[in-house]
Amino acid sequence: MGITEGNVLFTTVDNIVSWGRRSALWPMTFGLACCAIEMIAAGCSRYDTDRFGIIFRPSPRQSDVMIIAGTMTKKMAPAIKRLYAQMPEPKWVIAMGGCASAGGPFNTYSVVQGADLVVPVDVYIPGCPPRPEALMYGFLQLQEKIRREMPSVFAKIKA
Amino acid sequence: MDNNGNQEITTKEVTLNMGPQHPSTHGVMHLVLHMQGEKIIRVVPDIGFLHRGMEKIAENLLYPQFVPYTDRLDYLSSMTNNLSYVMAVEKLLGIDIPERGKYVRVIVSELSRISSHLLAVGAWGLDLGAVTLVLYAFREREMIMDLFEMLCGARLTYNYMRIGGVRGDLPPNFKEKCKDFIDIFPKRVDEYEQLLTGNRIWLQRNKNVGVISADDAINLGLTGPSLRGSGVTWDIRKDTPYLVYDRFDFKVPTGENGDCFDRYMCRVEEMRQAARIVAQALEQIPDGPVNADLPEFVPPSRKDITTNMEALIHHFKLISDGFKPPKGEVYSSIEAPKGELGFYIVSDGSERPFRVKIRAPSFVNLQSVDPMARGAYFADVVAVISSLDPVFGEVDK
Amino acid sequence: MEEKDLEKELPSLQYSLLVKKIRDKFGESIRETKVFRGEITHVVGKDALIDICRFLKDEADLQFAFLSDVLGVDCRESISCFEVVYHLYSIPHKFRIRLKVRVKENESVPSVTSMWRSADFAERETFDMFGIVFEGHPNLKRIYMPLEWEGYPLRKDYPLVGYKDEYNPFGVEKKL
Ligand code: SF4
Repeated sequence: MGITEGNVLFTTVDNIVSWGRRSALWPMTFGLACCAIEMIAAGCSRYDTDRFGIIFRPSPRQSDVMIIAGTMTKKMAPAIKRLYAQMPEPKWVIAMGGCASAGGPFNTYSVVQGADLVVPVDVYIPGCPPRPEALMYGFLQLQEKIRREMPSVFAKIKA
Repeated sequence: MDNNGNQEITTKEVTLNMGPQHPSTHGVMHLVLHMQGEKIIRVVPDIGFLHRGMEKIAENLLYPQFVPYTDRLDYLSSMTNNLSYVMAVEKLLGIDIPERGKYVRVIVSELSRISSHLLAVGAWGLDLGAVTLVLYAFREREMIMDLFEMLCGARLTYNYMRIGGVRGDLPPNFKEKCKDFIDIFPKRVDEYEQLLTGNRIWLQRNKNVGVISADDAINLGLTGPSLRGSGVTWDIRKDTPYLVYDRFDFKVPTGENGDCFDRYMCRVEEMRQAARIVAQALEQIPDGPVNADLPEFVPPSRKDITTNMEALIHHFKLISDGFKPPKGEVYSSIEAPKGELGFYIVSDGSERPFRVKIRAPSFVNLQSVDPMARGAYFADVVAVISSLDPVFGEVDK
Repeated sequence: MEEKDLEKELPSLQYSLLVKKIRDKFGESIRETKVFRGEITHVVGKDALIDICRFLKDEADLQFAFLSDVLGVDCRESISCFEVVYHLYSIPHKFRIRLKVRVKENESVPSVTSMWRSADFAERETFDMFGIVFEGHPNLKRIYMPLEWEGYPLRKDYPLVGYKDEYNPFGVEKKL
């Protein structure tokens, strides 16, 4: 994308669509366990994710990203599946922390061993809990991934 | 028919599901609300969405290995969880730790209390529409997190307490930094109070909401600020002092009406008192070792491990084999920010506990949602939940 | 423990109120009394549990109005029964006491919810984790695990990692 002096924009549709998508990633306010506290910290005064256009929304209908922040249990898994289904396309999932990535320290009878057994995950963030900086890095990685996505090509393949 | 001639309208009872994903349930809780119009008839809490099998894990680990797991119980104040567990194990072993270690434990657990209450009050404001407060509260919380990071390198899951002491002495500069924080903190609490305490909306949403009498509160097993809001002066730090709490001068704030507002005031006042305790502890803290000199239970220091072969072998043996406490059972509890946090440990004489039971304050406190919310309006349920301040790592274990 | 050992281990006030008084009153129903690290444990008969609890709660110089916890222990390997443990605290007198009831598998325990409402969740938890039935509990359902869950996780014969299913590929294969 480039801006010339006469205010004419040259870009592809793919570019501008993915630019729009990645610059306003709205995650769902939804925490499961300890990692959620770091997620809140990332949204609060010091780390302030709002500057990246990351604004927490309380409803799945309004959000693009689901951050699975914490331990997912077998009892919670159906609810998460449902929340994921309620989000409008396009949607992405970030697995935050060891628990969401692979069960973390809890290899027990009640814990799902990784969020990818329930929903498709785009970015995994290691740590127990990951620091807010790590979460922001995860978001930047997700933006990078979205930048490389070609919506028109996808649409063609789907058709 | 009331005075204005309006007919009382009765409708069919509706059931409303709140959660498991709801921004103001403080985590993953599911409430089934039975309502008559806007009025609550009955609340049925449904929990277990974060049940991770902590107690089962404990039975399969060596005694020292369970300390990091306790961090993940009440993850807003990991230090007090660590403390309660290691104190229970120490009681089982019948050992004591040096003075300085005790002071260090007091300092970190009081800081932990402040950080937990900050989040409790902040999130409460957020739930009732006073969004600014949480941003201010996190400003101070980050300062405490910085202090803890100096201490042990982690922001949330500290794993700082050890059986027979703490992980290491206070780092250089910690005292000064902590003093700086304690100096400014009371003023910051005044700021929060300016935002909330006199605020008309805040008063209307909290005064006379979720009232519970002292007798009911005791019968329901409420502990911590939620109990003291009803006017019961029971604080484990005062009644059966552990560590060195009997040496500090602090007040136990109590409420009168037992409504949400009183519970809020108790938390705010407790933050001030906690800051006072930290200030006194920093003043009184003696020099000396922080760890007990008991090689059977306490690993040698880092310095010894790197320079001394015997110490290295000893460390390896202790970490991989653990120790065998005597047969018996103990219960030890402390005053955590949410209430009485106790560990009941049954030992069968082997190196792993036979049974560990966690008496989690949030779990017991949560039973009061129903009696508190009955007869109130739907929006009051949010205030009631916030006033109990449940943390689901602890509720579900 | 022997009577004189108990007397030696405890402060005299605690001994006279929490051991002697209760043992005199209930005699045979107190099967055993132990003191470890200054904590008093009475093993009581199942049938006398409610009476003893009521006595502890209502007696003026005891006043155990606060039930801190109810929990189960799986001792089937050693004494072939479950233990249900009650932790009581007396706020005015600052006493703690522990009661224990022993039950065989498939036996039930009387519920104390009528005296302490705080027992509600705790008894449900014990039921959920050990399968111990509390008679007279108003709403004895699973609390942590999903309602259709099979087995009782905290029993010693339940594997830590659980059984293999779609969410836990590392689980133990279920024996048919
Ligand atoms: S990864 Fe660690 S911090 Fe995050 S939810 Fe799991 S246990 Fe808690």
